[in-house]
Amino acid sequence: MRRLFGPLLILSVILFAAAPVLIAQAPYEQTMGLIQKIFYFHVPAAMMMMLSSFICGIWSAIFLLRKKPEADRIAVAGGEMVVVFGLIVLVTGPLWARIAWGVWWVWDVRLTSALLLWMIFCGYLLVRKYGGPGADKLGAAMAIFGMANVPFVYISVDIWRTMHPKTTVVTTLGEGMAIPFWFCVFAFLVMYALLFTARVHLEEQRARVEQLFLEAGDL
Amino acid sequence: MFFRTALLVMRKDLTVEVRSREILYTTLFFAVSCILVFAFAFVKEGEVLGDAAAGILWIAISFAGTLALGRTFERERHAETLRALMLAPVERSAIYVGKLLGILLLLFAAELVLVPLVALLFSAALFSRPVLLVGLLAAGTLGFAAVGTLFAAMLVRARSRDVLLPVLLYPITIPVIIAGVRGTALLLQPNVDQAMVVMWLSLLFAFDVVFLTLSLWTFEPLMTD
Amino acid sequence: MVPVLTRVIRRSWRWSAAAAGGLLLTAASVLAQPPAGAAPDGFVPISQLPPAHRMPAAPLLIAAYAFVWVALLVYLWTIWRRLGRVEGELKQLEKQ
Repeated sequence: MRRLFGPLLILSVILFAAAPVLIAQAPYEQTMGLIQKIFYFHVPAAMMMMLSSFICGIWSAIFLLRKKPEADRIAVAGGEMVVVFGLIVLVTGPLWARIAWGVWWVWDVRLTSALLLWMIFCGYLLVRKYGGPGADKLGAAMAIFGMANVPFVYISVDIWRTMHPKTTVVTTLGEGMAIPFWFCVFAFLVMYALLFTARVHLEEQRARVEQLFLEAGDL
Repeated sequence: MFFRTALLVMRKDLTVEVRSREILYTTLFFAVSCILVFAFAFVKEGEVLGDAAAGILWIAISFAGTLALGRTFERERHAETLRALMLAPVERSAIYVGKLLGILLLLFAAELVLVPLVALLFSAALFSRPVLLVGLLAAGTLGFAAVGTLFAAMLVRARSRDVLLPVLLYPITIPVIIAGVRGTALLLQPNVDQAMVVMWLSLLFAFDVVFLTLSLWTFEPLMTD
Repeated sequence: MVPVLTRVIRRSWRWSAAAAGGLLLTAASVLAQPPAGAAPDGFVPISQLPPAHRMPAAPLLIAAYAFVWVALLVYLWTIWRRLGRVEGELKQLEKQ
């Protein structure tokens, strides 16, 4: 995992440097104009948030059922990154909404449920930090239930009448917009992989320190 | 065998509760105090603001539910009886179901008082569609209690359980509360939009199924050391 | 006791630095726009908004991109710092 770190860092720096150029060249959206370009970062960040919540939830389930500490390390990394990417989504969203809707925030199903998902994983981190002994299991349970809420977040836009653009926006993009968009998704994926490998590595080193402490205590 | 165990666990809880009635009385008192506080916030010059009654009812239920959950398991912890239960040669999930049934009965008993009280104090037409109202209350309470029982049971051993129960429980059960509030608010309208109420009700059922399945599935590994 | 305390202080310092950075950014993004009057109550499509309520999109867009960059970099930096500390502990332990 650690060997990947250098190449991923270089690649993500290149991708993130190139992304604004591509975005600037993309055609303007008719009704929203310039502000629509937030979309190229907002949506990939939301995708990473969902991906991360699934990673956290699935590895939490593996940790619970198989009792593998390695799975718990992956789950922690996933949980923390839901909060990081969620923060990006929740900050860029209102900046867009201020222009497109005229207000910063609306208590709409989609926005509420995204905030909720973010809160669940903030709670997850709180539990892991302050839960004391047994916090890993508590957190795992919370992550599994949090993951169960993800479909609710995703489907909410399509079922209920909401102001938030539907998820079909992504599949019906014109060619001029689709290329920069998928480029950004790829850039975010690489960035995600970079942060993820680094975070898991950190957790592994921590486990080693703990192991050494335990061994020192035994002597 | 599974259901007999569950019923036995429930009967044990109810017997303890019927003798002292501690949880029911304290929970009810707390919920009614909540309603009073909200009455000051949402009644303006004798008029109730919008759909406040629906929100007040569900907040009272969820606060009362948290209190009841914490207290029920505190009782178990105090006498170390949860460990004894876990040592019994029965299926763990049956114990979970038993505890859940006990808490559900307790909350339903509290709702029997709370719902008429809210309807009376806020002159809300809660009983215009009694079947739908009962459905919403039952499904919502089940969803809340299903997650709550699991987390409260897990937290019995945790250090800061009083703080952690709301931290764990509220974010996860908010979808259930939202569905309950929106569904109940629709019942308060002069012309009830039945299709929408049924939509919220089916959403509640979907959450119940997901939460119950997950709880039954994770209770065993979560409660094993 | 003392190492625990210093660790707590160090840790909280890092978080408060991150929070301050975030706050600064949002403050900058808020200040960067001209005060646009009160937000309208309803949700009016942008084309129907009175010109006074319209805000230039560019500062918001730049704020959004800057936030993404800074958030990711700050997070990477926190991982790097934590890793450095843990590896320091590891070296010390391995020496013993």
